Amino acid sequence: MSDSATRAPRRLRLAVHKFASCDGCQLQILNLEDDLLWLSQRIEIAHFPEASSRSLEGPYDLALVEGSITTARDAERIRRVREQTRTLITIGACATTGGIQALRNWADVEEWKQHVYPEPGWLEVLPTSTPISAHVRVDDEIHGCPVSKEQVLRVLARALLGTTPDLPGHSVCLECKRQGNVCVVVARGLPCMGPVTKAGCGALCPSLGRDCYGCFGPCDDPNAEALAGQFQELGIGPTDLVRRFRSITGNHPAFRRIGDHTGEDS
Amino acid sequence: MSERRTIEIATLARVEGEGALHLTVEGDQVVDLRLEIYEPPRFFEAFLRGRAARELADLVARICGICPVAYQMSTLHAVESIFEVTLHPSVRALRRLYYCGEWIESHLLHMYFLAAPDYLGLEDGIAVARSHPGEVERGLRLRKLGNRILSLLGGRPVNPVGACIGGFSRTPTRSELKELAEEIVRARGEAEAALRFFASLPVPSRPQAIELVSLRHPSEYPMNEGRIVSSTGLNIEAAEFATAFREHQVPHSTALHCRRTDGGRYLVGPLARVLQNSDRLSPSALAARESVAERLSSPDPYASVFARAIEVIYAFDEALRVIREFEPPPKPAAEFTPCAGLGHGATEAPRGLLYVRVETDDRGDVLAIQIVPPTAQNQGCIEADLRELAPRILALSHEEARRACEMAIRNYDPCISCSTHFLTLEIERRSKA
Repeated sequence: MSDSATRAPRRLRLAVHKFASCDGCQLQILNLEDDLLWLSQRIEIAHFPEASSRSLEGPYDLALVEGSITTARDAERIRRVREQTRTLITIGACATTGGIQALRNWADVEEWKQHVYPEPGWLEVLPTSTPISAHVRVDDEIHGCPVSKEQVLRVLARALLGTTPDLPGHSVCLECKRQGNVCVVVARGLPCMGPVTKAGCGALCPSLGRDCYGCFGPCDDPNAEALAGQFQELGIGPTDLVRRFRSITGNHPAFRRIGDHTGEDS
Repeated sequence: MSERRTIEIATLARVEGEGALHLTVEGDQVVDLRLEIYEPPRFFEAFLRGRAARELADLVARICGICPVAYQMSTLHAVESIFEVTLHPSVRALRRLYYCGEWIESHLLHMYFLAAPDYLGLEDGIAVARSHPGEVERGLRLRKLGNRILSLLGGRPVNPVGACIGGFSRTPTRSELKELAEEIVRARGEAEAALRFFASLPVPSRPQAIELVSLRHPSEYPMNEGRIVSSTGLNIEAAEFATAFREHQVPHSTALHCRRTDGGRYLVGPLARVLQNSDRLSPSALAARESVAERLSSPDPYASVFARAIEVIYAFDEALRVIREFEPPPKPAAEFTPCAGLGHGATEAPRGLLYVRVETDDRGDVLAIQIVPPTAQNQGCIEADLRELAPRILALSHEEARRACEMAIRNYDPCISCSTHFLTLEIERRSKA
């Protein structure tokens, strides 16, 4: 056989980067397990410190970025990551919306530093937590807290095929209907975020009989105002209403609006 | 002539998080050693103030993607003690099953993906999968069962959504549990094979005099309940945590360090648990412990990998016991009425004791919360360990020195997202003036 016949096609060079986060989305990559083993034959894991001691220099074909930007140093680092990357995909609620740590965007971070640390002056943090897209161009986003490993696999598979990602933008309600769940809003009056939350989890919370808390962030064209009105009719007071929307993905503009317009700052 | 050599390593790999190690050596004396943790702080203890207690289980899970159950458990126990919620015995048993799932998942992740490459001189779990495919496939099969338990009770393994005040949102059916038990029975014997595999590897040894701290329960291997005990005679309730332990801040770390109130370092985690609770292990886990008895005769951080393997065996036994004895509870979660109060929770995360203190107002909203993760408690030990290791690695090449330091650190399976994150190595060598 000739050299050209036996030579494997060049593998995609993948980098996984972490910013402010819980590591859960990176863990979902490791949770691909068997799939990770076959993927590693087609994708070269060039930089993934949590998984490997080997780190290869850029440029990279594909980068998966976990976490939000909360320090000046990280704001600088994400620019360097962008320069080294052809296709940059953010993974998870922190990277796509700023995450739970974006609650500081409504607070005085100096007071928080003093509350948690005896020597707040030793810390260097920004007053905000912002999504990666606030700093650099992002080619695609995988939502969720954590991301679904099936969606990660789908995005990696499509990257291998050279096609564009096709993750769903519809709401959790559709997944719930497909599963034949009884609606927890209608049947039990629970303040379920499913109607405005992006699908991808498989309607986990309603399937366990509880209300969705929006960890995949807003779906396409969410009517958050209408849902907030529905919650008020269910007897949800302003404090709980603000807490409902101002949570894991609360920094997303579609959810921000509700908290900011409810008139009570919790 | 003055010789000055600096070694720098970009990032400590195969730990959950990122940081740096600064090591300054004069002659053969370590003059400065700092484990620098620069993971950006996320301020959970600040933003959880003003949240409803019922939101806490979902929110604290986000502290750590690898051990969310531990944060949920310590926090829920603290809140349940305030609201005077008594768990139904079946629900209490399911919480043990839930914890078994996390121990299995987390321990096997560490053993196969993070630690095994060290003993084989490889760079990652994928390389181990190429050189030892059968072993890694076994590890993955076992680990999947941990994730399977977490998914059954919590919907998904990372940031599970099932646990709530008083129990779970939904309890599994008998037939779901029976199916799970059959899968565990089929794979169960492989857990011993996993220990044998690690026992066959050249795992180094360096016993150290360390105070061990773990929970201790009158009849069970400790998970959700028990008194906090130590190898030097400490024996307190979770509520007395502040009398024995104190958090303090160091300039080079965004993670608070936790020490004994007298300043002493101590070790939490699987090694501390196994060494202090051997008499609470299941018969097969005890037999497994006996098979590596000489490695556990005195505290040796390198032997932690064996303690993890023993706990994996125990967790499978315990999961089967819970399923066998399961009687469906009347409802998945006990009712509760929010009220003002102060509560404490101490449970055993995969990486060790995790203490949470919660204070609520009369609406059940959080006034204050303190969270002391295991890695914050182990940082003192890690630094002391590296200080002891340092003189032995000075003659090594940069790459070998880095490997030796990382391996010593990895024994503690540090989870820096929890305690905030981890590692670049810088060794500065100065000759004595």
